[in-house]
Amino acid sequence: MAFLADANSQATAAAAARRKVLEGLRTTDVFFRGLTVSSAYFVLILLGAIFASLVVGGYLAFATFGFRFLTTEVWNPVTEQFGALAPIYGTIVTSLIAMLVAVPISIGIAVFLTELCPMGLRRPIGIAIELLAGVPSIIYGIWGLFFFAPVIQRYVQPELIAAFKNVPVLNQLFAGPPYGIGILTSALILAMMVLPFITAVCRDVFETVPPVLKEAAYGMGWTTREVVRNVVIPYTRVGIIGGVMLGLGRALGETMAVTFVIGNAHRISGSILAPGTTISATIANEFTEAVGDVYTSSLIALGLILFFITFIVLALARLMLMRIEKKAGA
Amino acid sequence: MALDIAKYRRRRLRSTITVALCWAASALGLTILGVILATLLYKGIAGFGPKVFTEMTPPPGSDGGLLNAIAGSLVMTIAGVIVGTPIGILAGTYLAEYGRYSKVSSVIRFINDILLSAPSIVTGLFVYELLVRPMGHFSAFAGAAALAVLVIPTVVRTTENMLLLVPNQLREASSALGLPQSLVIRKVAYKAARAGMITGVLLAVARVSGETAPLLFTALNNQFWSTNLNAPMASLPVVIFQYALSPYEDWQRLAWTGALLITAAVLTLSIAARWLSSSRTQQ
Repeated sequence: MAFLADANSQATAAAAARRKVLEGLRTTDVFFRGLTVSSAYFVLILLGAIFASLVVGGYLAFATFGFRFLTTEVWNPVTEQFGALAPIYGTIVTSLIAMLVAVPISIGIAVFLTELCPMGLRRPIGIAIELLAGVPSIIYGIWGLFFFAPVIQRYVQPELIAAFKNVPVLNQLFAGPPYGIGILTSALILAMMVLPFITAVCRDVFETVPPVLKEAAYGMGWTTREVVRNVVIPYTRVGIIGGVMLGLGRALGETMAVTFVIGNAHRISGSILAPGTTISATIANEFTEAVGDVYTSSLIALGLILFFITFIVLALARLMLMRIEKKAGA
Repeated sequence: MALDIAKYRRRRLRSTITVALCWAASALGLTILGVILATLLYKGIAGFGPKVFTEMTPPPGSDGGLLNAIAGSLVMTIAGVIVGTPIGILAGTYLAEYGRYSKVSSVIRFINDILLSAPSIVTGLFVYELLVRPMGHFSAFAGAAALAVLVIPTVVRTTENMLLLVPNQLREASSALGLPQSLVIRKVAYKAARAGMITGVLLAVARVSGETAPLLFTALNNQFWSTNLNAPMASLPVVIFQYALSPYEDWQRLAWTGALLITAAVLTLSIAARWLSSSRTQQ
């Protein structure tokens, strides 16, 4: 009997121990799940907090200048008059020129990597292009200032000025002394920086084209150019646009490279050879030296405008890329 | 028939031109990388020497190195990664495991992708408003916080992608053995996805160690040796920025050396990350 009772108590002890372990596991389960959920929500909160902090910081500027802040060009720290038009103009113009240059080249590289390149070279060349994306932006800045801008000043800008001297409209666009630094140089540096991003997206979406489609087209006797133009690009159009928008989002927000070569001049010039400024360059150059609440607040308001523009561009890019992902998955 | 041949020749010619342009575009891309690296090596080597690692950043006109800037960069990058990585991994875990198909997850995924490409200077402004202004002074804390904000989206993205690659049978098998879900994730899914998750962290380190814009008005700069996290701290990118734009030749030389150092570090990291993930996928 004593033996049985002993076994019994042993069994209950074991059951109790087991219950305790299970309960412990349940607690860690709930705890771990809670941790992951709150971290995930933290990402949302982060975005909200960034928006909120910029709104709070920029409120004074909007309250002081109202809607005029967006439409005036004057930027005078002495009289504390600030308008965001020149930086907004510079941001948009440099990014658009960068896109004009980078998009065709990126699509060319992506076509090369997916259609033309010998198999053995695909990976190394692909990685080299991706490394271009890994180079920190300050490196593009210092390289742009000491190497690229002098080259542009000596060899490119005089040619442009001379070539378009007698052409109406274009002689306004390429007017003025060859400074080296300026809108055009910044745009070209930006083009180099966004090139790998657009290339990567284009290459990925080109690879979603079903081989059957291409093989059928080649089988009908189409040339490489016709296959790319009439099969690959139409099939992946949405994805390409998504990639371009992604690149545009990068170009709009790029800071350090542009800060080095834009010239930081708060004016809107008709010539793309002239120095200008962008939103991010203005903030980087002036924020630590800004004296007075209105000045600081104006710079933060600029940041808000930048965040707003890039948010919309990047959101559109993502929506388009999501569409092509669905297509590839279906 | 003769007409058709002429047309065919024209088509062939146009195709050849397009193909040639694609080759040229790729050559251009590689040339840009080559020229940038060559310039960096050429200009950076000039100021290279043991002094770079043993002496502080000098005042203009005198000799010095980059020791405090290198140390500052290391400290803030490590701190930023230590803060950002756990949050990123946990959030990525939620997206891939608990909430894979939920509505909230797709919203979070979307927002995270936007944060991934958002301008880094805005992060600097955010941390300035959040930490620097209330504290009343610039500090290495604020710099590390700004870097952490940049680490999170990168790690979230790679963690989620890597966990999605883990075959569901592994999860089902361990659940069938009676493991609670948190253990399935931590002991099974994490183990299977470990190489990829480390790659993600390495890529995040590579990304933030070259960042300048978010440090400009959070950590500011410091000409002297400082280990005080509550005070301004030098960092390699900010020193490069300041020295490159200065009129002093010896400062500019140091800036190039710093640029070479940082590029070498960042590219080594990203190649290591790539190698790690590719050696993993080949298994």
